[in-house]
Amino acid sequence: MSYRIVTPQCTACGACEIECPSSAIGFTGAAYSIDAALCTECAGRFETPQCASVCPVPQTCVPA
Amino acid sequence: MANIISLGGLQVASRDELGQAMGGGCTASSCGTKAGPADMDPAIWAKVKDHPCYSEEAHHYFARMHVSVAPACNIQCNYCNRKYDCANESRPGVVSERLTPEQAARKVLAVAAEVPQLSVLGIAGPGDAAYDWKKTKATFDLVQAQLPDIKLCLSSNGLAVPDHVEEIVAMNIDHVTLTINTLDPEVGAKIYPWVFFRGKRHEGVEGAAILLARQMEALEMLVARGVLVKVNSVLIPGINEAGMVELNRIVKAKGAFLHNIMPLISDPAHGTHFGLTGQRGPTAAELRAVQDQCGDGANLMKHCRQCRADAVGMLGEDRGQEFTLDKLPETIAEDGEEKRAAYRDWVARERADRRAAAEAAQAEAAFVAAPPLLVGVCTKGGGRINQHFGHATEFQIYEVDAAGVRFVTHRRADNYCVGGHGEGDRLSEIIRTLEGVPVVLCARIGEAPRAKMAEVGIEVIDACAMDYIETALLDLYAERHRTPEAGALIA
Repeated sequence: MSYRIVTPQCTACGACEIECPSSAIGFTGAAYSIDAALCTECAGRFETPQCASVCPVPQTCVPA
Repeated sequence: MANIISLGGLQVASRDELGQAMGGGCTASSCGTKAGPADMDPAIWAKVKDHPCYSEEAHHYFARMHVSVAPACNIQCNYCNRKYDCANESRPGVVSERLTPEQAARKVLAVAAEVPQLSVLGIAGPGDAAYDWKKTKATFDLVQAQLPDIKLCLSSNGLAVPDHVEEIVAMNIDHVTLTINTLDPEVGAKIYPWVFFRGKRHEGVEGAAILLARQMEALEMLVARGVLVKVNSVLIPGINEAGMVELNRIVKAKGAFLHNIMPLISDPAHGTHFGLTGQRGPTAAELRAVQDQCGDGANLMKHCRQCRADAVGMLGEDRGQEFTLDKLPETIAEDGEEKRAAYRDWVARERADRRAAAEAAQAEAAFVAAPPLLVGVCTKGGGRINQHFGHATEFQIYEVDAAGVRFVTHRRADNYCVGGHGEGDRLSEIIRTLEGVPVVLCARIGEAPRAKMAEVGIEVIDACAMDYIETALLDLYAERHRTPEAGALIA
């Protein structure tokens, strides 16, 4: 149960990192990525995964 | 028309000779000084006199820089595509490299050491400075610790601003720009496909209504705390122009210091929604028509260059490519504070001199009863006519009549696609740019382009090279409308 970032489409704006309630997102190496071990898909905390809701590029934060 | 003396026939004279010949301007600094424009509260003048974006006058002397530390944004605008990046592209939201707060602070220090005109550090994205607040704040804190004389300024869509107003005040951020495009959520829905707020993406009218409410809250909170607020509005033909006069009235009533109505920049190559769907920007005439409807124009900003989120330099110039990360020195020994202080002293004297000269010229022109004259000016800054016609990348357009000199707008002649074309193409572009402007003042022009410009009815004059803009315009205007008798004396 985790989301992932489609790196080639990512603009690296970091909005997902700001919104992630689980501190699962970070800038590692040259791109943002989601730590599957920490990601909860925001279940029980928000109606929708926050990374996907704030991401400016369609289909870039998607279910892993 | 015999009474019109063609200044075009005169070549460069010394300033004193020219001053005598044209019956104009005292140019000595002994003519007296003024603390600031007579029509402005001294406390406000103190805040804006060094800020090129808040004072048209200041933009002749002072430089600003933006650092692109804030890429994250909380809304989507149909005129924005932050994935796009081009070193030759000049418009908001575009950057060539993103910086960490530490890198940004180093860049500011490097620029401050090199550019004594620097007075303002702004954060304008490329996303939203108030939403990406941690990075914005960290950058400002680092810079303020090292360069306390540099003013801090931020630009935002307003959605996140109410959450940070107290910090903005505590950090001495005196200037905040809010981009507000409409007061109507139905119109907003055509500009903002979505707004992310309190953990949820709100689409359409619902999102636009949330954004509008937060923008009004931000404006009121900032004004109540004495922060100067500039409102930027992107003029989008067919979408929001009908509400622009009302928007201007409301933001003024709520205490905005300035309203900057900017033309939409739209091109399919930018990859924005508006660009891809063929939404056009306004013509210069359409923009001016809206500006003119906004009353006396006292609170309108007309000298905006819609700069990039990583611009460096005077408005209208971008030295960003000189200060990319790879070009920054590892350690920056001096911060240039003494040079900046010396420069500011010089500006204070220069301003006093410029004002005195303009007042003297104004006295000459005050008796003319004639229609206003539009004049294009080539300037590199300093409020003087000091740029070669062939080097001008933009023309500053002024209107002069017996009531004085008013800045109207600037018109660019350096369309980024011009590069590589011949001189002839460039001149055609300039002639198009100067439509409706019968006179241009510059420091020098070659005979061939002067003749070509004359053929299309544009007189280019280089006789007042190095003169103050206002003085030269008023002298020109008075000269053109001098009585035949007086004209004969001068001739």
